[in-house]
Amino acid sequence: MKTNTLYSKKLMKRFTNPKFVKRLKKPDAVGEVGNMKCGDIMHLEIKVKNHEISDIGFQTFGCGAAIATSDVVCELAKGRTLAKAKKISKNDIVKKLGGMPPIKIHCSILGIQALKKAIKNYEENQKGGKSK
Amino acid sequence: MMKEIYLDNAATTKVDEKVAEVMEKYQTEEYGNASSTHLKGEAARRAIEESREIVAKSIGAKYKEIIFTGSGTEANNTAVKGLFFEMKDKGKNHIITTKIEHDCILNACKWIESQGAEITYLDVDAYGFVNPKDIEVAITDKTFLVSVIHGNNEIGTIQDLEKIGKICREKGVLFHTDACQSFTKVAINVKKQFIDLMTLNAHKIHGPKGVGALYIREGISITPLLHGGGHEFGLRSSTENVAGIAGFAKAIKIASPREVKVMYKLRDYFIKELLKIPKVNLNGADGKNRLCNNINVCFNNIEAESVGSFLNVEGIFTSVGSACSSHNLEPSHVLLALGKTPLEANSSVRISISKYTTKEEIDYALEKIKKAVERLRKISPLA
Repeated sequence: MKTNTLYSKKLMKRFTNPKFVKRLKKPDAVGEVGNMKCGDIMHLEIKVKNHEISDIGFQTFGCGAAIATSDVVCELAKGRTLAKAKKISKNDIVKKLGGMPPIKIHCSILGIQALKKAIKNYEENQKGGKSK
Repeated sequence: MMKEIYLDNAATTKVDEKVAEVMEKYQTEEYGNASSTHLKGEAARRAIEESREIVAKSIGAKYKEIIFTGSGTEANNTAVKGLFFEMKDKGKNHIITTKIEHDCILNACKWIESQGAEITYLDVDAYGFVNPKDIEVAITDKTFLVSVIHGNNEIGTIQDLEKIGKICREKGVLFHTDACQSFTKVAINVKKQFIDLMTLNAHKIHGPKGVGALYIREGISITPLLHGGGHEFGLRSSTENVAGIAGFAKAIKIASPREVKVMYKLRDYFIKELLKIPKVNLNGADGKNRLCNNINVCFNNIEAESVGSFLNVEGIFTSVGSACSSHNLEPSHVLLALGKTPLEANSSVRISISKYTTKEEIDYALEKIKKAVERLRKISPLA
């Protein structure tokens, strides 16, 4: 049994009051990553207008770090073009949260992965006109 | 100052002030080395002797059947490895244990497997009980030891030592139990329960960290892990931790059945209220077959660690056995052994109370737990 790891104040604030926890009405694309064995599931939705992410929301079954980092990913992605959103990195997120316990870094990748997957799904939809 | 509610007593407990007082005496006044022949040494030696007597008496054992160790982990390692080394040349190499043991038993067993031992890891039922019949069936002519945890550290399930002990005694196999969690909370008598070796420790019972004990029934030989000046009847060399040992004995002396009764009541109240939250299940057994201080609940569809972090902010300290809180990405081996899914295991929180826990603290914690669950279910895509 392991007790809770310690988070920065910024991270705690994000985790207890995330701004982007929501399901969009008609998302243009969805990205879902993670697996139960590792203990995290990330669901992220985007709406796209003129190649820009106009709205974004997420839900996660994950630890505090996973919740906080996903929220930051959403904040950074909103209003960006798809091309720019794809470039959001782990370091951008860790920086924005004022650091993270090293063993938690892997949680921060989930939000980015989900965003990338959502964008990929969106682009494939545009190309093929299929739902996935 | 922020309110602090400590609900992680299965991890460790607050040292009782009476214990700290005794320890202080052996740290700053009677600080002698128990092996010294002068008065200072004698005072230390006497403290150890008296303490050994208290430990022995508390489990129905004899004075010379108790050795002090540096931890519960060390006592468990001494039992498993010490016996393995002793039996290796006697044609016996098989140990029977369970899938819900503490890591120190499991990892000691895994290590001796690499040295030629054979280990059977028995399944348990949905509540964490091992079936004594399974033990009987698993015993072969190579078996020298059965090791089963008494009160489980994660789910609190208490095994029937007497039934298991009887089978082992009849079959001529030694029986060891790790009683770190159950000691002073459940009646233990090594004779009545046919126990050959038993692990105890101090810091789970409001004693100090860094002190454990191993009961070894008279006539059983084990190979020591530590060789040196021949302390602890030659079985565990090291200058004795006099203050720790005296503190351990004091903790045993002041533990009372009345406290256990109160804890049972508070635990059941806590569980009853937790189960009122929608979609919450209890992991493990209930009633008298569960440790009086242990609660383990599955909140379903929200990650346990995020619950723990939420409570941490409120000054409420609990424990999770899951995923990304550690380097170990595997869900709790104990919960998986009960047949729980990885999702359920990762949604489970352990809450463990002590003699210091009050109903007011529990009510405050419940309020915060409800709030955390509500919010986290909104965040979860599964809820």
